[in-house]
Amino acid sequence: MRFALSEDQTLLQDSLNKALADLSPLDRVRRFADSDACSAPDIWAGLAELGLPGLMVPEEHGGLGLGLLEAALAAEALGRVVAPTPFLGSAVLAPLALTLAGSDEQRSRWLPKLASGEAVAGAAISEPIAGAREGAGVSADGGRLTGKSLFALDAPGADLIVVADRKGALHLAAAAETAEIMPSIDATRRLGELTFRDTPAEALASNQALERLRDAAWVMLAADTLGAAQAMLDKAVAYAKERKQFGRTIGSFQAVKHLCAEMAAELEPARALVWYAAYAFDHAPDEAPLMAAHAKAHLSEIGRFVARTATEVHGGIGMTDLLGLHYWFKRIGQNRQLLGGPERVRETAARLQGLIPA
Amino acid sequence: MDLTLTPELAAFREEVRGFLAAHADEYEAGAPKDPKAWQKLLIANGYAARTIPKAYGGYGAEPDILKSRIIAEAFIDANAPRGMAGQGISMLVPTLLEVGSEEQKTRWIPPTLNGDILWCQGYSEPGAGSDLASLQTRAVEDGDDFLISGSKIWTSTAAQAQMMFCLVRTEPDKPKHEGISYILFPMDTPGIEVRPLKTMTGHAEFNEVFFTDVRVPKANVVGGRGRGWFVANTTLKHERGMLGDPNATEARLKALIELMASETVDGQRIIDNPVFRDRLMQLQARVFSMKFNGLRTMTDETAGLARMIVKLQGCELNHQVAALAIDALGELGILYHDGPHLRAKGNWQRNYMFDLGLIIGGGTAQIQKNIISERGLGMPREPKAVEA
Repeated sequence: MRFALSEDQTLLQDSLNKALADLSPLDRVRRFADSDACSAPDIWAGLAELGLPGLMVPEEHGGLGLGLLEAALAAEALGRVVAPTPFLGSAVLAPLALTLAGSDEQRSRWLPKLASGEAVAGAAISEPIAGAREGAGVSADGGRLTGKSLFALDAPGADLIVVADRKGALHLAAAAETAEIMPSIDATRRLGELTFRDTPAEALASNQALERLRDAAWVMLAADTLGAAQAMLDKAVAYAKERKQFGRTIGSFQAVKHLCAEMAAELEPARALVWYAAYAFDHAPDEAPLMAAHAKAHLSEIGRFVARTATEVHGGIGMTDLLGLHYWFKRIGQNRQLLGGPERVRETAARLQGLIPA
Repeated sequence: MDLTLTPELAAFREEVRGFLAAHADEYEAGAPKDPKAWQKLLIANGYAARTIPKAYGGYGAEPDILKSRIIAEAFIDANAPRGMAGQGISMLVPTLLEVGSEEQKTRWIPPTLNGDILWCQGYSEPGAGSDLASLQTRAVEDGDDFLISGSKIWTSTAAQAQMMFCLVRTEPDKPKHEGISYILFPMDTPGIEVRPLKTMTGHAEFNEVFFTDVRVPKANVVGGRGRGWFVANTTLKHERGMLGDPNATEARLKALIELMASETVDGQRIIDNPVFRDRLMQLQARVFSMKFNGLRTMTDETAGLARMIVKLQGCELNHQVAALAIDALGELGILYHDGPHLRAKGNWQRNYMFDLGLIIGGGTAQIQKNIISERGLGMPREPKAVEA
């Protein structure tokens, strides 16, 4: 028994962090955020070289065939630099949906393209997981979809969309009738408002696939927040060691360094929770749903605490667009609400362990 | 990450479970019927004093953190009493093993392990709390002896203990960290007075101890004269590990869940109230986090910071678990001492109060935050005050 990353996992983490530091520096993030682009082709190509889009695609279809723990390490690395790139929909949810519920033909058609990064997939699964808002919801009838789906991940500009209908059954659609970008606080990732009008789609054999997608997505959002929050803490500590007031570096004031200690004290155990939730998804399916729920809800809370506290440690400059800390603040804020805020997710956690009726 | 047990460890777990089943008639409700016999049995089988060398009365196994954890879990599952704990076994024995003389090890470790000698710890003083190194209890040379005068506070089990391990100032002219010695003496030495210190719980969990010319041989110093600060830090390390034990927190959370699922208000289970349920789930996520953090600290060499936060987070979490139990019980939660409506013998309130003491003791939460930020995050130290 060993509760630690393996040598390969550490290597993956290091190489991703190194590559992303070059691929996604702050000025590149800012350029993407200020544009209407759906993707950053230079970053996507760089990530494809590392095999990131195919991380979870089985090797027989040209991917790396790795598990959710490796994907969580990738999500953490992406969150750390607020990388403006598709990931959750295209590299995690769509490959999982195809692997769990696709036919051989569907897999052969899509997985190699997703693995190489040639095709990007989105995931429209918000309504059956987080609840339908604004009259959204998609109905399926005779191989055609009708309705709206909001907050679709990686969906604007995607070549393929995994859609969960009102009943939770999954479908593959080549494109929606319309796919509008939903302007949100986080300008580093694109969310789509999709409209379907008798849009042709293929059904996926459903079984429990949506629940698995939900668990995977919750762990990924938690891992993204972990990376972003760790980066915010690192920046706060670095700033506190440099900034001088009253003739001292502010990091020598207990009022300031205790804030940093509190952030570290919250983040370290949260990291172990994210690792375990991802490990459980791969190796302990009975525990996976509860652990995914706890990881999502807990990292949402810790993330909010770190985001505001790290900003505060920076003082007024932390609020400015110039410093850019707000990209991390907003990424964490968006992860918190996506696919269910912590109160709703904790309700699921209670139900999953039979504390209240299902 | 590989959380499966090897065949060897799986077999070991069966062995421990088998032992506990075979001896189930020797304990009841988590307590041994004959504590000393139980302790002897546990040591003989390697379930207590496991890594203490045989020469000093232990079992003599190689340290194996996973086997230790398997033992801990099997005992919790069976609600079987662990080996004796106490400050002698948990803190003095590891310290003697690290820095004690051969004579000290042979003389003190075996009777401590088998429960014949109970120890208390003389560290804090009224004027030396977080700044422990400023302690003023003096040991003045008198031939082959020291004469010790001064006082200690927060001394658990001082009234029952036969022996004390104590920090005294032997070199008053040296800088404060270099003038301290770590010394052992019997509590029945003339000149020692113990006064119980009653806390807000209504119980005297601690004592004050007063020394007037207490005569102790110089040979009773451990780790060398003037080296007491270094020796004490060896011991404090062991204490902080003990104070943040995630297994204990997990057991308390389990009791809290049972409470909330069984207690009713106006016929409605407490767990059916969404506000209480949400608070419970928030705490459960934290308990899981600390559990996995604990597993990580055992097997991941990159877990330095993860180790540093255990005392701070673990003690706070225990306090929060007790707080939710009190709130969930509502008006019943204020009952204390005894009476027909009292729940869990009043232990939720008692823990809630006592845990505040643990947040303060063993290095306050604020001192922990200094350690985390300075040693863990590399932040600058508070500038030293100019000494008058």
